[in-house]
Amino acid sequence: MTTDRPAPRVRRSDDHARGVALPGLLWVPAAAAFALIALPVVGLVLRADWARLPDLLLSESALTALRLSLETAAISTVLCILLGGPLAAVLARGRKRWLRWIRPLVLLPLVLPPVVGGLALLLLLGRMGLLGRVLDTWFGITVPFTTAAVVLAQTFVALPFLVVSLEGALRTAGDRYEAVAATLGASPWLAFRRVTVPLVLPGLASGTVLAFARCMGEFGATIAFAGSLEGVTRTLPLLVYLERETDTDAAIALSLLIVVVAVLVIAIARPRGADGLR
Amino acid sequence: MRLRALAVAGVLLLLVGCGQGSGGSTGADSATLTVFAASSLRDTFTTIGEHFEATHPGTTVRFNFAGSSDLAQQIVQGAPADVFAAASDTTMKTVADAGRTATAPALFAKNALRIAVAPGNPKGIASFADLARPDLKVVVCAEGVPCGDAELKIEAVTGIDVQPVSEEPDVKSTLSKVQSGDADAGLVYVTDVAAAMGTVEGVAFPEAEQAVTDYPIAVVQDSGQAALAQEFVALVTGPAGQTVLQEAGFLAP
Repeated sequence: MTTDRPAPRVRRSDDHARGVALPGLLWVPAAAAFALIALPVVGLVLRADWARLPDLLLSESALTALRLSLETAAISTVLCILLGGPLAAVLARGRKRWLRWIRPLVLLPLVLPPVVGGLALLLLLGRMGLLGRVLDTWFGITVPFTTAAVVLAQTFVALPFLVVSLEGALRTAGDRYEAVAATLGASPWLAFRRVTVPLVLPGLASGTVLAFARCMGEFGATIAFAGSLEGVTRTLPLLVYLERETDTDAAIALSLLIVVVAVLVIAIARPRGADGLR
Repeated sequence: MRLRALAVAGVLLLLVGCGQGSGGSTGADSATLTVFAASSLRDTFTTIGEHFEATHPGTTVRFNFAGSSDLAQQIVQGAPADVFAAASDTTMKTVADAGRTATAPALFAKNALRIAVAPGNPKGIASFADLARPDLKVVVCAEGVPCGDAELKIEAVTGIDVQPVSEEPDVKSTLSKVQSGDADAGLVYVTDVAAAMGTVEGVAFPEAEQAVTDYPIAVVQDSGQAALAQEFVALVTGPAGQTVLQEAGFLAP
């Protein structure tokens, strides 16, 4: 401890230089919070079998799961933008009174345990589900156990992340520029495309990153709704859960892979994404 | 500067405090027996636990039901268990190899696979070979999970190639896919069909005898309740426990 003493003094003067009057007491819970996030990851890194790591990560099942995860998460994220973008715009700018009742419902996947979401999807789109029964008997389409089911599950859980970030950005931006565009003769659609969308790009970017990350990590809804089969529905988190049963080293290696992907996503998106979140 | 040192100390204290809290709680409460048991034992062990509490006034039996390999890992990592009942020899061996068993594992039950189908068996599934029919959606447990390994063993013995639509992480998950109607058939244990109480129907098949699962039980090392734990094991392996288990469809060891 004693050898550490000079260092904090220097950093403390840095704080003053920036002119931030931060109550010192905040450091205690802040450090605890950071430790809670960082230490488990440190545990993962320390416990990893680095010698076997390349073999474990380059195994066919791992690569198949990684590819499936990236593909499904990418498709789901695009769906989130195509569906969630307009929903965020409607929620932020729509003038209908009943919209206030819609917003809390949009947040549902955020607060529901994902496995409940998967169960709900099964009750809607499963073979005995409300819609699934019609799809099955009329068109011969069954959704569960397909890659499409994985995408649906991911889109379901990730949509609120995009909608919330984007709606926040839209509200912060306000609609003054659009109003000006309208006085200059721009149609609503033109103003939306040329004024609104560029204005909220940072918010859209941060929402997209959050949605993609959530898709990559999706587990509960997928296992409940889509099942688990290599190359079809077994994404990285499902493979980790399965490997944990038999080969802890493999599970840890795959977990590290997910951490790396997550860190990459955050690193790539941070400059704009962080701004959008503010 | 002092605050920063305080912060570090605070975090350390928190961490140490948490560790002590969870580790020390079992020793403090002398009348609580903690039993880690495979999820397929949920109903039977709950009944046996009630019986144990009735014959040991003042004693509370706490259960942690989960997949055997999960439980084995928790015990190896130092989870405060007094008794471990597994649904496979390999998971018990994991615990024994880590030096975490205090007694030699005793075999107390056996379980066999059965095909779970929708009530009334609408797809007319009559044998293990039927599971290879291309018009069926079949779910099984994944390789590495006891029920999955048993299924693969039967495939190997019979030469029948089942193409499942999903390989589930545990037997209850497999059962639920049949219960929801999304799968036509699922390979689960006899006891799961019995516990499903009419929501699925069981189709017995003779090949199931080729892959019978063993259920071992042992007292965990460093149990604060070694004597009580031993009595619980005796109850499970004794006539009263055996009656409960066999009524639920378990086979005698």
